[in-house]
Amino acid sequence: MQIVTGIPASKGIAIGPGFLYQTTEVIPERRIVADVKAELEHFRLSCAKADNELENLFNEAVESVGEEAAEIFQAHRMMLQDPEIVQYVEDAILNQKLAADYAMYEAAEMNAEMMEALEDEYFKARAADIRDVARRVLRILHGKEDQEVNLKQPSIILAEDLAPSDTMQFERTLILGFFTARGGTTSHTAILSKAMGIPAVVGGGEIPSYLKLGSVLIIDGDNGKLIIDPDQRTLTNYHEKQEEQLALYHQEMQSAHDPAITIDGHEIEVVANIGNRLDAEDAVAKGAEGVGLLRTEFSFIEDNVIPDEESLVKTYQGMFSPFGDDPVVVRTLDIGGDKEMPHLQLPVESNPFLGCRGIRLCFDKLDLFKLQLRAILRAGEKTNLCIMFPMVATVDEVGQAKAILKEIMEALESEDLPFNHNPQVGIMIEVPSAAVCADQLAEVVDFFSIGTNDLTQYTMAADRTNANVAYLISAMQPAVIRLVAKVIEDGHAAGIWVGMCGEMAGDLTAIPILLGLGLDEFSMTSPLIPAAKEIIRKWDTRQAKLLAEQSMACKSPQEVKELVENWQTQ
Amino acid sequence: MKELKVTIKHEVGLHARPAAQFVKTASKYTSDVTLSYDGKTKNAKSILGVLSMGVGANAEITIQAEGDDEEEVINALAELINNNFGE
Repeated sequence: MQIVTGIPASKGIAIGPGFLYQTTEVIPERRIVADVKAELEHFRLSCAKADNELENLFNEAVESVGEEAAEIFQAHRMMLQDPEIVQYVEDAILNQKLAADYAMYEAAEMNAEMMEALEDEYFKARAADIRDVARRVLRILHGKEDQEVNLKQPSIILAEDLAPSDTMQFERTLILGFFTARGGTTSHTAILSKAMGIPAVVGGGEIPSYLKLGSVLIIDGDNGKLIIDPDQRTLTNYHEKQEEQLALYHQEMQSAHDPAITIDGHEIEVVANIGNRLDAEDAVAKGAEGVGLLRTEFSFIEDNVIPDEESLVKTYQGMFSPFGDDPVVVRTLDIGGDKEMPHLQLPVESNPFLGCRGIRLCFDKLDLFKLQLRAILRAGEKTNLCIMFPMVATVDEVGQAKAILKEIMEALESEDLPFNHNPQVGIMIEVPSAAVCADQLAEVVDFFSIGTNDLTQYTMAADRTNANVAYLISAMQPAVIRLVAKVIEDGHAAGIWVGMCGEMAGDLTAIPILLGLGLDEFSMTSPLIPAAKEIIRKWDTRQAKLLAEQSMACKSPQEVKELVENWQTQ
Repeated sequence: MKELKVTIKHEVGLHARPAAQFVKTASKYTSDVTLSYDGKTKNAKSILGVLSMGVGANAEITIQAEGDDEEEVINALAELINNNFGE
């Protein structure tokens, strides 16, 4: 048995035979061509074809691994069109009568070596990109088609390094795992394997030479190990671990679309935090029963211009539509002086977290607020729309915001535009004053959603971006738990529902406590949904209530965590 | 010729997405655009050129543009950088 240690790049365990992938490096000969014009034309056509291939690869990759990981191929297209490369090659053909393949190889090598000389992992990955692009162009110049690698059986792929186009060549269902000698956590193998959910270890130093044909390999993506010819005990251990992980994953995914019902029959709403159309689709796939927090900042930050109403309506519709009749909670613009946005002309503040942000800024930039409310109401026609105001500190602010909303509805009515006439109107509870006066606020809104990230920072008086006070930032602080308990109690006393969209709602340790406190809706980032639903199904709300009561007596986040762990092992 | 001295505030510097946005913006204009940093000058329309400069966070760079739309390209790049690449 041999163990090679590398960098854990993508979680999971793979067991199977190895497949050694070697890219044949073609080094073109330095040749002089007779017909310069024809060679130039040949080069340009080849580049166009390469660009076409990359565009197709990008589209395929968007489907199979998602837009973010697929961006690699867009980066390749930019390199292919890069003037440093194109001009160099064209000059070499025209002035030195060099063959296109050699000129391309030379241009790519020069740039790749320059990147490598920067001795930074990020640039080393870019050097691999340039060589990958050059290989593609060379292959086309030589009149060859893109070849597929035929794996005969499910295998663990071993390679010196894998370029993204290499990774995409393998039949997806036959890849068990990846091991590369080079690369780090930001290498393409790492990014793509994570996106594909395939265990991977990168940067293992070298491909072990003692690999025999028929060797059994184990990739331990959790600990960054490649094990060659494991002994019986190790093999059995890993088989068991692998089965456990698989069973858990399948169980979670299978039941992801089932409702989360506690042992004693309470159905709990589990919904998603989203910020764009892709998030929305992913949320539905992971079993979200609606949206507990739809962030709207993106459209205002992205292009540095204030968007027009029609395009906002379209953007919102795109995010609403995957959810059908399920509730969608839209939070109005939540930005402030901590973000620089010249087009909004925000004042510079010495303490932006305590400054003009959230609803305060909306009142200050009334035109912007009105524009957004119009777009939300219009896009939300025929949906289960809930509108939520952020950073509310007083009852008065709710009155003001509701008055503006009413004014907008009257305007839309008089303009004869279709819109949602009956949205629920709620507020975020993230300012301690709002939590303390939750009983008063509950009288004037339809729902609460607790934002634990800000509520924690304000309650603990600890800037959540300051590492020196990070030890204070935990939603498990007894003070935060007590405030959360109060908000839920006050909300229920007034007959409104209470949700949570802060990180605490997706924290597997916190969920039983929140369940016990009576939280109605849990909103979290989509990947956490299947596991959160599983936790809820394991609890009886009466037991959870006992746990919650005990947690209120704890004196530190650590004590709370230990308490939950003790309960869970019982 | 137009010139702009500006500090890159983005946490990754001119790498990854910010670098791509920078090059894409410069490439929209016909003027010749160069980027100078740390004694080196490169074509601002080249992703490889821009990446190879190794412009990190808080680095001060100089952008020069020459051509019919030199003013526009400088303004567009200034806006992109001042908006911290939309983040």
